[in-house]
Amino acid sequence: MEQQIAALKKPRKTKHLLTVVLLLILFYASSYNTKAYIEDLISGLPNMQSILVKMASPDWSYFEPIITPVLDTIRMAFIGTLLGAILSIPVAFLAANNLFGKWVTIPARFILNIIRAIPELLIAALFVAIFGMGMIPGILAIAFFSMGIISKLLYESIETIDPGPLEAMTAVGSKKLVWIRFAVIPQVLASFTSYVLYTFEINVRAAAILGYVGAGGIGINYERVMGFLEYQKLSTIVFAMFVVVVIIDWISTKLRERLV
Amino acid sequence: MKIVDVQKPKTPVKQRLIRWGSVSIFVLICIWAFASMPNIEIKDTAAETSRAIIDGILHPDWAYVYTGDGEDLTFLMIETLAIAFLGTFISIVFCIPFSIWAAKNIVRWKIFSGAGKVVLSLVRTIPELVMALLFVKVVGPGAFCGVLALGLHSIGMLGKLNSEEIEKIDMGPVEAMSAAGSNRMKSFWFAVVPQVVPQFLSLALYRFEINVRSATILGIAGAGGIGAPMIFAMHGRDWDRVGIILLGIIIMVTLIDFISGRIRRKLV
Repeated sequence: MEQQIAALKKPRKTKHLLTVVLLLILFYASSYNTKAYIEDLISGLPNMQSILVKMASPDWSYFEPIITPVLDTIRMAFIGTLLGAILSIPVAFLAANNLFGKWVTIPARFILNIIRAIPELLIAALFVAIFGMGMIPGILAIAFFSMGIISKLLYESIETIDPGPLEAMTAVGSKKLVWIRFAVIPQVLASFTSYVLYTFEINVRAAAILGYVGAGGIGINYERVMGFLEYQKLSTIVFAMFVVVVIIDWISTKLRERLV
Repeated sequence: MKIVDVQKPKTPVKQRLIRWGSVSIFVLICIWAFASMPNIEIKDTAAETSRAIIDGILHPDWAYVYTGDGEDLTFLMIETLAIAFLGTFISIVFCIPFSIWAAKNIVRWKIFSGAGKVVLSLVRTIPELVMALLFVKVVGPGAFCGVLALGLHSIGMLGKLNSEEIEKIDMGPVEAMSAAGSNRMKSFWFAVVPQVVPQFLSLALYRFEINVRSATILGIAGAGGIGAPMIFAMHGRDWDRVGIILLGIIIMVTLIDFISGRIRRKLV
C-alpha cells in the first residue's frame, strides 16, 4: 500500500531539472564544438533558396537514364538481404541463450555487436578496396550488415519461444539439429520472415548511397549529379527513389501485416 | 513401425495456392535479381589487399589516438558525437509540429495528415549524405553542415515514428477534456502529451544512436567528423590508420548504444 502511494506521488523535480541542465550543457558544448552559428545558416539562405528553386523543377529527361541504376539498387538490396538472411540463421541460433550455453552465446553476441557498430558505407568502402568497383562489394556490404540486424532480432525472438516443445523433444532424446528443425523453427518462422522484409526496406534506402564509394547502384548517379551541381537531376533521382521506396514499403508492410 | 506414417491433415486448396503462388513469385524475383548480375571477377590483388587490411586492423596506428593538433582521433570522435547530438537535438525540436501534422487522430481532415506523411517520407528519401552535400553549398564545409544534414533527415524519420505514436494513444482523455469544455490546445497539452512523452524520448534516443553511426560517415561529403580522415586513409591504403579509426568507431558506437539502451529501458 505504501509503495502504491509512493508511486502515485510526483517524481522529484530535481532529477528532471538536472537532466534539462545536462542537456543544455551538452547542447551548448556541441554547438561550440561544431561551430554551429545560426548566422552562417542565415547568410547561406539565398544559396539554399536557389538550390530549392532548381530542385522544384525536376529534369524529367533524366528519368530514363536512371532506370537501370535504380533497378540495380533494388537488386543489390534484394540479393544482399537474401544472403544476409541465410547467414543470420546459424549466427542467431548460436547467440540464443535457450539453445546454447554461455560459452557460445557471449562470443556470438560480441561479434554481432561489432558488426552492427560499423557503418555500412565503411564496410562497402573496404569491400571496394578488396574487390574493385561494382555491385559485388555493395551486395557483400549489405549482406554483412543485414546479417547483423536480422541475427539480433532473430535471437531475441528465439529467446521468447515456448519452451514446451523443446523440453518434449529433449525428453525423447532428439539430436540438436532435429531439435532445432521441429521445436524452434516453426515457432520463429513468421517473425523471421517479417524481420527479413523489414531489413529489406532498410537496405533499399542504404543501397541508394553505397554507390557513392563505388559500390554500384543509384549512388553513383547521386555522386555524379552532385559533382556537377545539377540539382534538377538530383530531384529526379530523389523522386524516382521516393516512388521505389514507397512501393516497396507498402508491399512489405502488407506482407508483414499478414504474417503476424 | 515408423512414427512418421501418421496421416497429416490436408491443407485447404486456397492456402496451398497462396503458398505456391508466393513461392513462385519469390523464385521469379530471384531469377530477375540474379540474371543480370555482373560476372564475378575478383581482382588479382584481392587476397593481398585483404591481408593488408586485416594486418592493419590488427596493428592499429596507436599514435593517431592523440596528437594534440586537433586532427587526431579523440578530437574528431568528440566532433562526431557533437554533430550527432546537435543534429538529434534540432530534429527533436522541429519534428514536433510535423508529427502533430501527420497524426490522423489529431488533425480533422485525413487528407491533411496524409499530406504530412508524404512530406515526411519525401524528406526521408533524401539520403543524409546527399543532404550533407547540399548543406555544404549553403553553410560551407564543416561540422555545422553535418549537423544540419542529420537534423533535417531525422525530422523525416522521427516525425513519422512520433506521429504513429500519437495515433496509438487512448482518445478517452481527449474526449473527456473536450466534453468538459477545454479548448483544443489545452486538451492536447493535458491529454495527448503525457501519453506520448516516454515513447517520444525513447525514439529520440534511438535516433541518437543511429545518428552517431551516420555522423561517422558524413565526413565523406565534407561535413566534419571522423569520416573524411577515414576515407583519406582508405584511398591512401594506410590500413593501420583505418584500423585505429574503425576501432574508435566500434568502441564509441557500442558505448553510446549501451548507455542509451540503459536510459531507454528506464523510460518505457
